[in-house]
Amino acid sequence: MTPDLNSRPRLAAGCRLNDAKQQPRVLLMPEKALRLNGPSLEIVERCDGRHTVRQIITELQKIYDKAEPQKVESDILGYLSLLNDQRALDFVDGPAGGGSS
Amino acid sequence: MNSTVSTPLALIAELTHRCPLHCVYCSNPLELNARTNELSTEAWRNVFSQAAELGVLQADFTGGEPLARPDIVELVSAARAAGLYVNLITSGLPLDEARLEKLVAAGLDHFQLSFQGARPEIASEISGTTSHAQKLRVLEWLRGHRVAVTLNFVIHRRNMDQLPEMLAIAESSCATRVEFANVQYYGWAFANRENLLPTREQLDFSLEILKKAQERLRGKMRIEYVVPDYYAKFPKACMGGWGRKLMLVVPSGDVLPCHAARVIPGLTFENVKERRLREIWESSAAFQKFRGEEWMQEPCRSCDRRELDFGGCRCQALLLVNDAAATDPVCSLSPNRNKVDVVLGLVVDIPVAAITTDVKPEWVYRQNPT
Repeated sequence: MTPDLNSRPRLAAGCRLNDAKQQPRVLLMPEKALRLNGPSLEIVERCDGRHTVRQIITELQKIYDKAEPQKVESDILGYLSLLNDQRALDFVDGPAGGGSS
Repeated sequence: MNSTVSTPLALIAELTHRCPLHCVYCSNPLELNARTNELSTEAWRNVFSQAAELGVLQADFTGGEPLARPDIVELVSAARAAGLYVNLITSGLPLDEARLEKLVAAGLDHFQLSFQGARPEIASEISGTTSHAQKLRVLEWLRGHRVAVTLNFVIHRRNMDQLPEMLAIAESSCATRVEFANVQYYGWAFANRENLLPTREQLDFSLEILKKAQERLRGKMRIEYVVPDYYAKFPKACMGGWGRKLMLVVPSGDVLPCHAARVIPGLTFENVKERRLREIWESSAAFQKFRGEEWMQEPCRSCDRRELDFGGCRCQALLLVNDAAATDPVCSLSPNRNKVDVVLGLVVDIPVAAITTDVKPEWVYRQNPT
């Protein structure tokens, strides 16, 4: 599935980042732990139910401004889709509702 | 010794061997730890912080029935405070809504509810007690809580035909993950092996159903399937390799590389009351015994798959060919594969009618510790 740009991903129940003091940073979930590097950590930290997919893309395009913006977008959509297949995300629909960031 | 020691990912905490169920395939050893020998709350707290220090990410609370520990809420808090992700692997009893709420408030991350079948009759037959209705109640309560839910269906010849009904239970629940795990033949399951092994037809049926379900439920539910390794061509990477990813602390505090390791003669296990967890993991004789590749015999020693399956399961090698260092005999490359084929031969001609009738096999039920 391709995530809707207006939806707001948030980590599903039982999925969380380990403590910021712990290294390496990992996404903990049932029977799994995904090691997060720079960009994947930036993405997961924004899966808070407030950022829309579009906002995550825009913010990461600013952080990784040397990368091709189109590539950043497709990488993010691919990663969110992968996390969704792992049932690590819920998508809160639509631009309305939820807080804004 | 040619073995670099990796960091363990998970600590399997067998909190107690006491259990209200008597499942005929229980993975506990035939010789159970008595209640009086169980580690105290403080001792477990200490184990959790040592584990986190060692780099362990997840704690799997199991037993026996972990809810049989009156201090279970405290133990969840302690593991969580140590920085661990907390899994509870449970039959769902003894539990009520208030206790569930306390567990979640204490930081429980993941609730794994075991099922013995899709119907109460088979659940009672397998567990030697009445528990199915309670499990369905627990499943309803779980809807109201922010915790990951997995359903664990243990499958075998007597319940495999209920697979579509099991899927229906999972789909109508709040679970995001479901495990269909074929019984593995150690401990109590080994004693009941001939009545638990599915037929080849059943296995094919299950594979077809689960493959379709995985496609249909992609993105909604993770479906995991553990095949019965007697039917496999290559062995499973048991425990992710001996002393590579997992360690198990039994109720008395002994530290084992796997659930069944006690069946292997000559291994001695060290106890968390006497030695630091790190030292036990890194240098105890039991963990070093089958670490790396030095111990391997042919055909494993020169096999390309040796870093994929690590030679398979040591306990299975011991149980079937009386040599814990032999290639796992389920491997098609093992010179002892015939030992497995003989057992499979016993279930070849079982007619479907005999599987589904109400005639109960002569089960050996798991006992309870004193």
